[in-house]
Amino acid sequence: MLSLSGDRHDAKGIVSEKINSVDILRGSSTLKRGFAHMLKNGVVMDVTTVEQAQIAEEAGAVSVMVLDKLPSEVRKAGGVARTASIRIIEDIMNSVTIPVMAKCRIGHVNEALVLQETDVDMIDESEVLTPADELHHIWKWDFTTPVVNGARSLAEALRRIEEGAAMIRTKGEPGTGNVAEAITHIKKVNDELRTIKAIYDSGDNQDLVRMAREFKVSYDIVEQTAKLGRLPVVNFAAGGIATPADAAYLMSLGCDGIFVGSGIFNADDAKERARAIVLATTFWNESDKVKEAQKMIDERQSMVGLDVNTLELRMQERGGTA
Amino acid sequence: MSLNVGILAIQGDVQENLLSVKSAIDELGIDGKVTAVKTPDEISQLDGLIIPGGESTTIGQLSLVNGSLKVLKEKIENGMPVLGICAGMIMLSKTANDRVIGKTDQPLLDILDIKLERNSFGRQRESFEANVSMESINIPKFNGVFIRAPSVSDVGSDIEILSKFNGRIVAVKKGNVIGTSFHPELTEDISLHKYFLNLVNTLKN
Repeated sequence: MLSLSGDRHDAKGIVSEKINSVDILRGSSTLKRGFAHMLKNGVVMDVTTVEQAQIAEEAGAVSVMVLDKLPSEVRKAGGVARTASIRIIEDIMNSVTIPVMAKCRIGHVNEALVLQETDVDMIDESEVLTPADELHHIWKWDFTTPVVNGARSLAEALRRIEEGAAMIRTKGEPGTGNVAEAITHIKKVNDELRTIKAIYDSGDNQDLVRMAREFKVSYDIVEQTAKLGRLPVVNFAAGGIATPADAAYLMSLGCDGIFVGSGIFNADDAKERARAIVLATTFWNESDKVKEAQKMIDERQSMVGLDVNTLELRMQERGGTA
Repeated sequence: MSLNVGILAIQGDVQENLLSVKSAIDELGIDGKVTAVKTPDEISQLDGLIIPGGESTTIGQLSLVNGSLKVLKEKIENGMPVLGICAGMIMLSKTANDRVIGKTDQPLLDILDIKLERNSFGRQRESFEANVSMESINIPKFNGVFIRAPSVSDVGSDIEILSKFNGRIVAVKKGNVIGTSFHPELTEDISLHKYFLNLVNTLKN
């Protein structure tokens, strides 16, 4: 089972309260990571309006992610991308029954606090927005609301988990409609997991210490992860997913679920495509169902993709070295 | 005869339930297996089923799409024991309302004569852990993990209330069908899974 433990004794996000003299606990790792567990085998869709959120819910999305602009539009618009308007986030929260997430800038503690006060169900500290701190990510243990982070490698993922991330998503290259980078990242994470698992199985603790130093994380988290043979939190794929087949392929690589950014609402057949991507994610290992899903979309309606080699802005690199 | 227990694997925390049931089978020394099930064919061969936590709208719509919803309903009505957890309990209910949105028209199994209030305790920040008690099935103390949890706002006359928290109904039972608002599979305590397995075992043999 995925480890739900990992509480820090100094985590300010864990709150003990009494309701009518009954003791309760909020913000524990069980609750924060557990929330992510409920999303497994599902699709989280980027949305910018109430209408899009409702389309996502009807299509069977497990959650929606509210942004000011879709990643592809952020790319076109340039300038500084910030968290979405609180009023729009609240309107969406009041229009759908599924969980609502929202993005804040990397390292922007107060944008995240605003989102926590807004009562979004999960905060995404995201490279799609312009980073606010090049050196530090948010110390997520101090939040009662769970936070998801992007990662391109096992080292990045473990650093984020050590800061308190309750969930990880691979970064991919957002807003491109090109799934190549997402595939590269998940394969890299899988390779690195295999490596540390092999070291753990061999009993060579000195080599695990070396890996911890290389990853710039504690020995404990490397050991725990090596023992599990997978990330100790739920791990979704993200970045450039545009078709049902894209989603099915990433699921087959061992992802727990899918984030779709621009791929749905930048396509001309958003409603059908949203349903089709959910279908392909759920039944990813049944090839007839994936084909059925793929048939629901029209390639001529897909968003025009971008070649990652020609990009001026590589969002995935943001926050990657910290 | 060997028990065949399934975890509905459309969406949600399937793996956690698989492991809880495996531990329960081992501890009870029952001859049985547990698998993730998705298709109508797999479901039709089961002796007992757990509908796990997840998003009830997603589980409902997708199980409608592949025809498993219909088989599920038939099997449960013919006496197959079921444990519905959180989203799973919502699936078993007759009607579900969201605390903020109101009436939802999501596909439901309509097995338990209960009215559900979704997201009853608030959004994720309000999710909580607290001790609950299910005295009538000999589980006096259990760590209840409530994640955007529903509660039962109204029950029919044939429904047994297993547990209340802070005045709200959080676990119910009718014959071989059990529903809980909280997540036993996210704790180390497998007493509820053991109770459920015993139900399945008694009925089978």
